[in-house]
Amino acid sequence: MLLEVEALNLDLPTPTGPARIVREATFGLDLGGTLGVVGESGSGKTMTALAIMGLLPEGARISGKLRFEGYDLAALDEEEWRHLRGNRIAMIFQEPMTALNPLQTIGRQIAEGMVLHRGLSRSAALAEAATLLERVGLPDPARRVRSYPYELSGGQRQRAMIAMALGCAPKLIIADEPTTALDVTVQAQILDLLARLREETGMALILVSHDLAVIAENCERVIVMYGGMVMESGPTRDVLERPAHPYTRALLAARPQLGATRGGKLRTIPGVAPPAGEAPAGCAFAGRCPLTIEACAAAMPPALALGPDRYARCIRLDEAERTQ
Amino acid sequence: MTDQTFLSRARANPSFLWGAALVGLIIFAAALSTIWTPYPPEAIDIPHKLLPPSSTHWLGTDQLGHDVASQLLAGARVSILVGVIAVGIGVLFGVALGLAAASAKGLIEDAIMRLSDFAFAFPALLLAIMLTAIFGPGVVNAIIAIGIFNVPVFAKVTRAAANGVLTREYVLAARAAGKGPVAIAIEHVLPNIASTLIVQATIQFAIAVLAEVALSYLGLGAQPPLASWGRMLSEAQRLLFQAPRLAVFPGLAVVLAVLGLNLLGDGLRDLLDPRLRARR
Repeated sequence: MLLEVEALNLDLPTPTGPARIVREATFGLDLGGTLGVVGESGSGKTMTALAIMGLLPEGARISGKLRFEGYDLAALDEEEWRHLRGNRIAMIFQEPMTALNPLQTIGRQIAEGMVLHRGLSRSAALAEAATLLERVGLPDPARRVRSYPYELSGGQRQRAMIAMALGCAPKLIIADEPTTALDVTVQAQILDLLARLREETGMALILVSHDLAVIAENCERVIVMYGGMVMESGPTRDVLERPAHPYTRALLAARPQLGATRGGKLRTIPGVAPPAGEAPAGCAFAGRCPLTIEACAAAMPPALALGPDRYARCIRLDEAERTQ
Repeated sequence: MTDQTFLSRARANPSFLWGAALVGLIIFAAALSTIWTPYPPEAIDIPHKLLPPSSTHWLGTDQLGHDVASQLLAGARVSILVGVIAVGIGVLFGVALGLAAASAKGLIEDAIMRLSDFAFAFPALLLAIMLTAIFGPGVVNAIIAIGIFNVPVFAKVTRAAANGVLTREYVLAARAAGKGPVAIAIEHVLPNIASTLIVQATIQFAIAVLAEVALSYLGLGAQPPLASWGRMLSEAQRLLFQAPRLAVFPGLAVVLAVLGLNLLGDGLRDLLDPRLRARR
């Protein structure tokens, strides 16, 4: 297994004391596999991704098991992290507008990682940057190497970001909402590009998104996060077609449907998500779930196995099944 | 941003143009004085003392017969020298400390910033007077004193600007690419805060010029026979009723220099403002 996360807890410091942002998250990813992480804002999905990169904010504390290629990530020092980042694990960010340094050429930013990790000379790295830009489908790569970010469109910048991530042929790419800031058509192109590159290189992909459709099309496996908890996990098709957890069910029911009656109301989940870090002792969904009983809020529900590699954290799964 | 658009915007910015013209004038005067002045600025010529402006002595002479025009030109040299070196000291140490504070965070940041608060708490002139009182008056000690005052100024400005840049996503992206904090500070943070630092340097230059004038006026800066605007003012003071022009000319030189530097700083701030630049 390429990546193993077991019982990951993550606390961030706040003025009122540490807040638990991720609770008992457990998931894994095989070599070359694809994992979708879906959840609302504040569900802890980005922080989970940053934990895998060792890029958590100042003062964050984690416990639990984090293993990548057999290494215990929690035991790495900063020097070892830097060797890993950009080299074995790379990240693609949400805002291609802000994730590139406005004062450096695209080529230089792509070349940097290769100079750093692969020991290439600057000119060799720049030449390879042009090849990478060609691979990510940017027209006129030889000229684009010398372009500044402001000369590129949003989709082109995201392609450049992907080229940056590919530079050292990482084993794992974490894409945090890579298409959220882009137009729908560009979004599809970027996702196609990621899928094609994954086939070519055999790298694994973690796709963080709030968009179920994006996950459904691009990921073999999915974890559904809410309030810092992994509510449900399993093969994407299973989870989306036969959701077990009341939260997953509610989330799927709230999707806008093509061909729904005109003027019909979109279904919503009553209540609001708890602010990050303020989840109750028990299930984070307890307050909003129609099936809540006293025991839900009292203690963290256990992860119940529903099949091979399929889990849900809920003590009311039977009732959820019946009321569906 | 191409140089073309920068130049065309610069041409349309009156405070930049006036500032650049005045500062250019002072720099030209200082440069000229190294190769030519109407009379040697230190030459004492008692028979021709306190002459009014004329064709031989354009701005007249003082009570020792010094040619005022020559002294003004030579005085520009001291002002520029003090400004350049004192701001240089401030930039060199201040920017390094500010970057270290912003990159290191935690205890190191607190230590550096409290130390600059401590240095900042002393009025600049008092600090300079204290240092020259300990190490003796003179232009070198004045430069060092003014330079020390500049260090916390640049440390604070650098840290604030750097903290702004460090929260940007491209810094996170650089860290995700495996870059270390030193490389990030130099390659990503410094270029992105350069415009702020250039503007601050211009303003500190004006303050340094003024501080040198004040120190020399108090007799703690430039010593005779070195020509300095502050020393000229101090000597003119005693003759304010007989020959007020002796105070007017160096006073005017100080005003023009400080005004020019401030206008230049203002103009540069407008020209280098990232919000304006984003609209290009």
